[in-house]
Formats: sequence, C-alpha cells, structure tokens
Amino acid sequence: MRRMKKINKTTKSNLITYAIVIALFAAVQILTSAGAISSLLQGLLVPLCAYIILAVSLNLTVGILGELSLGHAGFMCVGAFTSAFFSKCTAELIPVAGVRYLFALLIGAAAAGLCGILVGIPALRLKGDYLAIVTLAFGEIIKNVVNILFIGRDSEGFHFSTKDSLSLGLLPDGEVIVNGPQGITGTPKDSTFTVGVILILVTLFIVLNLIHSRSGRAIMAIRDNRIAAESIGINVTKYKLMAFSISAALAGVGGVIYAHNLATLTAQPKNFGYNMSIMILVFVVLGGIGNIRGSILAAIVLTLLPELLRGLSDYRMLIYAVVLIAMMLFNWSPKAIEWRERHSAKFKRKKQKEV
Amino acid sequence: MALLEVKNLGISFGGLRAVNAFHLNIEKGCLYGLIGPNGAGKTTVFNLLTGVYRPDEGIILLDGENIVGKKTIEINKTGIARTFQNIRLFKELSVKDNVKAGLHNHYRYSTLEGIFRLPNYYKKEKEMDEKAMKLLSVFDLDQEADTLAANLPYGKQRKLEITRALATNPKLLLLDEPAAGMNPNETKELMETIRFVRDTFDMTILLIEHDMKLVSGICEKLTVLNFGEALCEGDASDVLHDPEVIKAYLGE
Ligand SMILES: Nc1ncnc2c1ncn2[C@@H]1O[C@H](COP(=O)(O)OP(=O)(O)OP(=O)(O)O)[C@@H](O)[C@H]1O
Ligand SMILES: [Mg+2]
Repeated sequence: MRRMKKINKTTKSNLITYAIVIALFAAVQILTSAGAISSLLQGLLVPLCAYIILAVSLNLTVGILGELSLGHAGFMCVGAFTSAFFSKCTAELIPVAGVRYLFALLIGAAAAGLCGILVGIPALRLKGDYLAIVTLAFGEIIKNVVNILFIGRDSEGFHFSTKDSLSLGLLPDGEVIVNGPQGITGTPKDSTFTVGVILILVTLFIVLNLIHSRSGRAIMAIRDNRIAAESIGINVTKYKLMAFSISAALAGVGGVIYAHNLATLTAQPKNFGYNMSIMILVFVVLGGIGNIRGSILAAIVLTLLPELLRGLSDYRMLIYAVVLIAMMLFNWSPKAIEWRERHSAKFKRKKQKEV
Repeated sequence: MALLEVKNLGISFGGLRAVNAFHLNIEKGCLYGLIGPNGAGKTTVFNLLTGVYRPDEGIILLDGENIVGKKTIEINKTGIARTFQNIRLFKELSVKDNVKAGLHNHYRYSTLEGIFRLPNYYKKEKEMDEKAMKLLSVFDLDQEADTLAANLPYGKQRKLEITRALATNPKLLLLDEPAAGMNPNETKELMETIRFVRDTFDMTILLIEHDMKLVSGICEKLTVLNFGEALCEGDASDVLHDPEVIKAYLGE
C-alpha cells in the first residue's frame, strides 16, 4: 500500500509539471488568437522554449549531479550550429520540414552530447570543482571557433577555411554555408512555439524519468556523498559522465530550437557566450537547485518580465548580478559550506541531547 | 581458511606511520572487534581494506583473493561493505532510496529502460522496493521509508548506514564505531541488532568501537591496535584482561 502511494506521489508530481507546461501553452494560444500578445512577446516564445530546455538540462548538472557548469551556452552553440549547418545543406534534399527537423534535432543533440563527453572525461574524473573551469573555457572556445569557421560547398564537395570565405576557393556554382562571424544565413525556420513546447515535454520526460530510476538514484547518491557511493559499488565516473552528457545533449536540443528560429545565426557573447551561460544558471538557481519545475517557472518569469516591464530591464542585470553572487557565495564557497555544516552539526547534536 | 587474511599491512602518511606490520585473521561468521586508543589507525585499516587508501606493503586476502590495488567499487563487488565513523548517508534521498542505492549492482536495468519505463523498469523497481523494505524492517526503519535520510534521528542514521551496507550483499561487513553518539538504550538495541544480522545473514562482521560494554558484550575476538601496530589479539575475554592492553588502553 505504502509503495503504491509513493510511486503515485512522484508520478503525480511529474504529471503536474507536464500539466503546467501544457496549461501555459494553451493559455498562450488563447491569448494569441485573442490578439492579446504583442508581436514582440510572440517573438520571444520560441527562444523561451529553448531557454526552458536549457534551464532544465542545466539543472540536471547542477541540481541532480551536483556539479557546476559555467559553459552551458557552449553546448547550445554546438547544437545550434551543427543542426543549422545540416538543415541548410539538406534543405533541398529533404523537403519535408518535419523529417529534416527530426534529423537536425538528433544531430544537434548528438554533437552537443559528444562535446559533453569530451569535456566531462577529463573534468569529471578529477575530484573537486574542475567542471566549472573547464566548461567556462569550453563555452568561450566554441564561440570563438565558430567565429573563424568558414565552410562552403560546391559541385566538388565541401571546403573549409579558418581565414575568410574567399580562401574557400569555391567554384562559381558554390555557396558559403558557414560564413565566419556572419554565421549561417538562411536556415529553414522550422521551429515553432508548438514544436518548442513538445520538445520541452520531451526534455521533461527524459529528465524526470531519469531522476526517478536506478541511474538517477546513482547520480544523486554521488552528489550527496561520493565516498559512500563508491563504497556501495556505484561507478562514480560512469554516472557523472552519463548525467553530464545527457545534460549537454539536451542543451544541444535547446540550440536546435534557437537556431531554426533565426534568419541569421551568429555566435555572439550575448547568445552563446558567458552571459548566456550565466543567465541559464540564474534560472536554475532562482528556480531552486534540483527543482525542475522551478527552473521552468524561473526561465519564463525572467525572460518575459523584462519585456512586460520594459522600464525595469536596466535593473535586470543588476538584480541578476546581486542575486547570483549572493546565491553563489552561499551555495558554493568553502567558507559558507563549512559554516553551514558546522551549524547543522551543532543543531543535530543539540537535538540529540534533548532526546 | 579464514574469510579475511591480512598480512604485514603498512601505510605511511608523509612521515607518519599510520599502520605498520598489521595482520588480521577473521574466520567466516565471526564477530570481530578492532579496538585501540584515538589515532591508533583503526579507521585507516578500514580505508585500506576498502581500497580508499592503497597500502605501501602487505596483502589482503578476501576468500583467498588478493584485493590490494583494487578500486573501492571493485572491492565492494568482491564482498566488503562498510559504514563510516562520521556518518555518510545520501542525505537528500529517502531512507528507502538509500537502501535501493545499495542494491544498485544486484537489480539491474539500463538507463534507457528507466527513461522509457519499459517493463523491466517496473519489474526491477518492484523487486528492489520489496527487498529494501525487508531490509529496513530488520532495523525497524520501515516506518520511516519515505523520510529524507537527513531528517532521521542520529541513532537511526547509523542503523540506516548499516542497512545500506548490507544491501550490497557483502561477505564481510565493516562497522566504524556503530554506537558512537548513541545513548545506552540505543547501544543495547544496536548490540542485539548486530548479533541478529550476524545470525540471520550468516555475516562476518569486523567492528571498531570505543564502547567497552558493546565490545565485551558481542565481540568474540579482538585485536588491539596501538600506534598502528597490533598490540594483542585473541579471544575477547583474554584480550580484555591482558595486562599490556590494560596499561596501553583500558587503564587510562
Ligand atoms: N589521509 C590521511 N592523511 C594524513 N594522515 C592521516 C590520514 N588518515 C589518517 N591519518 C592519520 O593516521 C593516524 C590514524 O588515524 P585513524 O583515523 O586511523 O585513527 P583511529 O584509530 O580511527 O582513531 P579514532 O578512534 O579517533 O577514530 C592519525 O594520526 C591520523 O591523523
Ligand atoms: Mg577512526
């Protein structure tokens, strides 16, 4: 009986999360058809879906795995550019948008997930907070690499360069696909709000079901106590890498949505740089570390609020900065952790004496 | 043949010789005590046995197999589970999930089966739930199955750690000061539980303890550790009356 109740409890909580997303989607649809949503806000809906997926996926790393990633936008960037490249190349080959988009999603997720593995292997094997530093570097490197990357295609095949589009040496029938700082122009605009919401639900399905499974339990056990997890035979490196690469792959999905909503995709500090990584982290921290539903709501509020209250948007970054610094200090600095542990220990001892 | 055979074990931390020429023989089914003053190297012996530290020299045979150099994970799979002097629970997981984490290697299904909720997920989770509840009821923790581990009172946290270790189905169970911080009543109850575990699971148990009542009450054999070396060993009653032991340790 008790077991049934427990299973129902987590299932119920998950269903509520799905229901919230669907209800919000329906509300937006109704408001749109009533003409109550400005075109400016409407333009934000698809990026918002990408941000929500990024926040949920980052929460998998920060809240469930317990590691800090400061370069989540880097994985988004990988997903965005690989998928945009694919979609542009195959725009004629695969005329059915739905099929093309499905492949684009798989490619974006796979590329970002692979980067997650490559970054994670050196960083997660070490004991300590190395992931934050390595992901921070990764995010910046990816952004800069994309900016010097030129890829063209002509009847002879693909041409690469890191100098400029002229040195690609394309034949007259050729076309520049990735044009360095000018990025990718003419990606089919396959992302819609509906597709975005479906992908949010898929992301939630993956993350929530992972958390409440054998692997998720292992991941959270490692988060709570690595030494104890090892002592009961849990392969720490394996599960850390698994969680982190799934998180990176889902960030890649966010990138795919983002890329297929833009006429021109460029890698700027604003969209794929450190600022974006921090913004996503703010969603996670404010929504509650480990709280998936909170990440969704924080992403929605913090993305839409500045647009609804335009006047406040100057202060937005200020509020971000203050809250972020405060939360970071409290959550991550060794002194604060020590202080917290000392106090919780004291509290525990006191309780024990009372008994 | 002894279940655990340790020969000439030694480790140094910088200039400090924490364990030196240590040897130990534990027969299957024995309740064995490791005692000694603070800083004698008892916990270090546990860390050597479980692969947390790698010894500078010596061999450790579990069921005849040398486990020196193996990783902690491998050693657990070979059959040694432990608890910690400073409790190490998965605090943000429920009591039941702590035990289910201990069952990790015994009820397997893949990550994809978990995400897509394939039949094997339901089957294995159900089996795990049943096994976990059974183990919890041995320790009288089944009422608290859904409580967060962090919210358990101290004595129950110690018991949960033992439950979790047992869940990995070990041949040898290492308990590092299981009664630390418990009141006399809890200690008495714990002694009964330890004896019960040994009898019902046919377990071999090596425990570190400062509480002499517990040690003399349940340990059949003892080794006294002093400055990293085995000072004395043998039947509990003999060891506890050894003049040298009394001088080095009990006489304080
Ligand atoms: N990782 C380490 N690095 C350096 N010194 C260590 C390390 N681990 C243990 N020591 C030292 O080894 C000695 C033995 O420590 P150990 O924790 O094994 O003692 P113990 O017998 O368990 O004591 P207690 O009864 O207080 O738990 C101590 O002097 C300790 O400071
Ligand atoms: Mg100790």
